[in-house]
Amino acid sequence: MSIKKFVVGGFTDEQVLFSAVKKVRSSGYKIHDVYTPMPIHGLDKAMGLRETSLHTAGFIYGITGTTTALSGIGWIFLSDWPLNFGGKPHFSLPAWIPITFELTVLFSAVGMVLTFCYLCQMAPFVKKHHFNLRSTDDLFVMVLECTEKNNESDMSAFLNSLGAIEVNVQEAETGWWLGRYDKDSKPFEKKKASLA
Amino acid sequence: MSIKENFETPSRYKTWSLALMGVGALSLIVGYFLYSNQDGGTRFWSALLQNSVYFLLVVNAAMFFFAATTLAWGGWQISFRRVTEAIAACVIPIGAICFVILLALVFGHKSNIYEWLNKDLVQHDEALKGKSGFLSPSFFIVWTILTIGLWILFGYRLRVISREIDDTPLTVQEGKKYIWKNTVWSAVYIFWFALTVASVTPWLWLMSLNAHWFSTMYSWYTFASSFVPGIALITLFVIYLKNLGYLEFTNKEHLHDLGKFQFAFSIFWTYLWFSQFMLIWYANISEETVYFKTRFEGAYAGLFYLNLVINFLAPLLIYMSRDSKRSYATLTFMSVALIFGHWIDFYQMVFGSTMKDHVPMNLFDFGVAAGFVGLIMWNTARVLGKYPMIPQNHPFLKESIIHHT
Repeated sequence: MSIKKFVVGGFTDEQVLFSAVKKVRSSGYKIHDVYTPMPIHGLDKAMGLRETSLHTAGFIYGITGTTTALSGIGWIFLSDWPLNFGGKPHFSLPAWIPITFELTVLFSAVGMVLTFCYLCQMAPFVKKHHFNLRSTDDLFVMVLECTEKNNESDMSAFLNSLGAIEVNVQEAETGWWLGRYDKDSKPFEKKKASLA
Repeated sequence: MSIKENFETPSRYKTWSLALMGVGALSLIVGYFLYSNQDGGTRFWSALLQNSVYFLLVVNAAMFFFAATTLAWGGWQISFRRVTEAIAACVIPIGAICFVILLALVFGHKSNIYEWLNKDLVQHDEALKGKSGFLSPSFFIVWTILTIGLWILFGYRLRVISREIDDTPLTVQEGKKYIWKNTVWSAVYIFWFALTVASVTPWLWLMSLNAHWFSTMYSWYTFASSFVPGIALITLFVIYLKNLGYLEFTNKEHLHDLGKFQFAFSIFWTYLWFSQFMLIWYANISEETVYFKTRFEGAYAGLFYLNLVINFLAPLLIYMSRDSKRSYATLTFMSVALIFGHWIDFYQMVFGSTMKDHVPMNLFDFGVAAGFVGLIMWNTARVLGKYPMIPQNHPFLKESIIHHT
């Protein structure tokens, strides 16, 4: 967790954003992240993000569920407490399948939701810095990270030349923190003040 | 412009399709002399029934595919829609063949295939007597004529609608009207499809091989078992045409979706298969378990498990990852495997009822199947070559070009 300096550019057009992302990457600036109001097909590829490992995790959770169900039912009905159900053999795989299926689905679903929250760093009371509140409404926000090698005025000018409608420089916390937002960035209070 | 291009059948393809049809005809003749006089021709007629019904339902599934996607106002399939239409045109020749075979069974009084054709047996059997309104030659023939006839009619109508805009660019208003017309005719076809494949027709053609036994899930199960190879057939044709350089608007995104269809409906098939099996296994009532007696424990146990391995385990494990659904090699391999796997499924549906003692599978079955494969190849290529491969004035074509999964 550390405070870093960021150059934040807002775009209103998806096509402009796509070409801007490509040009920023080829020029060597470091993209911190791109925030968009809705999912945009192909943006992850354009940004060069690696493929998510969520589905691999889901597969492992599913296999765990299958194993849990089969070994659990197997242990109960074969060794711990064998019961006679309508003269069926103790080892009755077809009867076990529905529960095995359900546990597979349950494990993979719950596990994937938790993993998703972990990967996105989402949890109750976990807060992250918002670069531009309009990124949840009508603006595509690209955030570049400043390093020692480049200066922010060059980066701002570059973003402007790529079609950003508003560009500003912010110093912000990179990680997450527990608790509340600072008063300045409280979205609704700010709005009230400006209205009055 | 390149999107006007028509399919030209490569000579090797034509040779192969004709050769396969030759093999089919040869098998038919050899099989006729070998088997048609043996035990009332059970072996011979079962093979014909299994193959003709299976391949008819498979090509009809291609028609269901484009009607269902049209009804859902889907746009992604437009770039290869003509391929599915061409496959669906095979309903005409295969439907005719299937119709002749079914008529021959009924008029030839093949009670060794359909036991309800035996009037003496029905007279002295309360259960069959109660079903005699449904399982009677007249209802069977009328329903078969309606089934195949209306499939052909609606399919023809849908293909004509598809072609009528080839030379006339549409305005937005005309486009809306055109889409609506497509939707209505697709809905009519789907309605008839629901009454045939999804309910009555498999009961008549296949389930009545065990006249006493019944399962309300049987038609859904048959539908799933024909839809998976139907999608696999579409995938094979799309990949083949891509490799020849046609269909330039169809790319890995479309193939990925076809792979998803195969994957999803393989799981759907397993779901229905298992639901039918488990309820009967659990209740353990002899009038129901009689169906699985030959298959689960008898001579067909090997096919029973092979069926599950090819049609459930293989797609589950192989199609699970994203990359395998986007790879031409995996898609081709799995499509062929699934077409074969569901052929096996239909094989045990038919032969498990008509020849309970042993599995008589030999070259004759594969020869007849090869004949149908050749017929599908030949007819699809013939229909594909007649019209432009891409409906370039279709209002949804752009949606298909920019399709992204």
